[in-house]
Amino acid sequence: MGPPSEPPAALVRCTRAHGQYHPGVPANATPLDSLIYARGLTKRFGSFTAVDGVDFDVAPGEAFGFLGPNGAGKTSTMRMIGTVSPVSAGTLTVFGLEPAHDGARIRSRLGVVPQADTLDRDLSVLENLLIYGRYFDLSWGEARRRAVELLEFVQLTERSNDQVEPLSGGMKRRLVIARALINEPSLLLLDEPTTGLDPQARHLVWDRLYRLKQRGVTLCLTTHYMDEAEQLCDRLVVMDKARIVAEGSPRQLIERYVTREVLELRFRRDEGETDDSAHLVGQLEGLAERFEQLPDRTLVYTSDGEATAAAAFERGLRPTGVLVRRGSLEDVFLRLTGRSLVE
Amino acid sequence: MAALRISPPLVLIRPTRMVERNLLVYRRSFMVIFSGFFEPLFYLFSMGFGVGALVGSVQLGDGTSVSYAVFVAPALLASSAMNGAIYETSNNFFGKLKYAKIYDAVIATPMSLADVARGEILWALLRGSLYVLGFLAVIGVLGIGGLGLISSPMGLLAFPAAMVVGYGFAGAGMAATTFVRKWQDFDFLQLAIMPMFLFSGTFYPISAYPAALQVVVECTPLYRGVHLIRALTTGTPDVWIAIDVLYLLAMGTIGLAIVSKRLSKLLLA
Repeated sequence: MGPPSEPPAALVRCTRAHGQYHPGVPANATPLDSLIYARGLTKRFGSFTAVDGVDFDVAPGEAFGFLGPNGAGKTSTMRMIGTVSPVSAGTLTVFGLEPAHDGARIRSRLGVVPQADTLDRDLSVLENLLIYGRYFDLSWGEARRRAVELLEFVQLTERSNDQVEPLSGGMKRRLVIARALINEPSLLLLDEPTTGLDPQARHLVWDRLYRLKQRGVTLCLTTHYMDEAEQLCDRLVVMDKARIVAEGSPRQLIERYVTREVLELRFRRDEGETDDSAHLVGQLEGLAERFEQLPDRTLVYTSDGEATAAAAFERGLRPTGVLVRRGSLEDVFLRLTGRSLVE
Repeated sequence: MAALRISPPLVLIRPTRMVERNLLVYRRSFMVIFSGFFEPLFYLFSMGFGVGALVGSVQLGDGTSVSYAVFVAPALLASSAMNGAIYETSNNFFGKLKYAKIYDAVIATPMSLADVARGEILWALLRGSLYVLGFLAVIGVLGIGGLGLISSPMGLLAFPAAMVVGYGFAGAGMAATTFVRKWQDFDFLQLAIMPMFLFSGTFYPISAYPAALQVVVECTPLYRGVHLIRALTTGTPDVWIAIDVLYLLAMGTIGLAIVSKRLSKLLLA
């Protein structure tokens, strides 16, 4: 990893000059005006490459997301940003500082919500926050003041003196979020903040994160839920197999890679009937610009779902299920990788 | 906020956060801590007075003759310091490292792994100091230290000496624990601790061994600890106590360095 004085701007120009496409890189980003600045960021574990030369920037105040399936390299990237995993190659600065040299300074301004809860099971809810405040060099009084306030914020005040273990998954996640805020971080890293939570618990977490965003806290999160990415992220990168395959706002990505609407058609497949997807696509040919055949349904990408459905009926197709919906990030991912996000 | 308040450097302060964390945990179950207090006392009563009544007196290296209880008490103090340090840095540290995953959360804060290692050693020493003080108080009350523990100023050094013993074993024990994969591996640790406890000149002078074996025993850390504390409580120091102190300090410090290295391998992947 090069020293921070190395001109990364030149690095960008140089890669641009080779005509490579670098998703995730706004034209004029520098390590100083980005909270997170990554160029050619790579993480290797032995011969396995978990993150393969990714470029991205996170600007102050934005909610930035890494969207991708499990194993895409999201967590490894987050751990490098959190300075708990050494960078194998490339450039990474957080707050303009280098993880290898200024880890403690970076961490003092970061809030981290890891995928696993890592709560202290030997301590009560309140004590978890207090001691975490102490790890950040807060006085006991200040730690207590903030802890009480944060428990209020994540709606756990009534559970202050309870042990951690009996809390539900959603409560534990909220407690971890409160814990991550004890040092009043300007950047909050969230690794799959709602994985494993029921819908109600997810919405509560989203609501709290949305409020933080309103307060100007920069969010950087990973998720394999497209709805989460759409709800929370101003801008995101799609990751697949250790690389970034696309970058943009949810709306931009959908506009760029999929149509406004998607028509989902389901056909009855009788017992013993052979796969006739080729035949089916043949029948649909010309109705829309693109199709995607999934095991249980056919996706038709079109600007007007209703009209396309009507046209299909005119051709004599008799699907058992018809659904018209808006194009989503799920479709973007399918388009870019040929696979679903959640398998 | 007064910006001019002078505070000690963070390198000294941060390790104490681990002590604070452990105090919070034990605040609710402090009785557990006292369990370690009784073991050396039981040994003192059974060996010191029970067996001591049969043995009579023992000759020290310099030829002075002391009662068996006076002979065995400092060895039990050294063993107690060792056991306290090992207990805290083996099972307890392993549980926090591998199962409770306490440090996975700590590393996301400005705390460094060296802070964690130093803090846990400090905690082991503080916990051990309770046992050492308790034991010293009991033998003081019983007047066993008639040969110097209470009357000689040198006897007061038994406390810091026991802390040095604790430091040596805490560093080494914690370093060993970072290589442990499962609970059963601790049986091997016991396999090292138990013979040391029995054969390091604890219950009888090592002059009972053939010369070659004496040299081997003299190289073990517990022997150095026993020698150090016995020299102080019986008021018979020799130049070897400098070796004892250096040996144990080096053991603790090298152990600590290994712990920091191993923790970054285990936690910062």
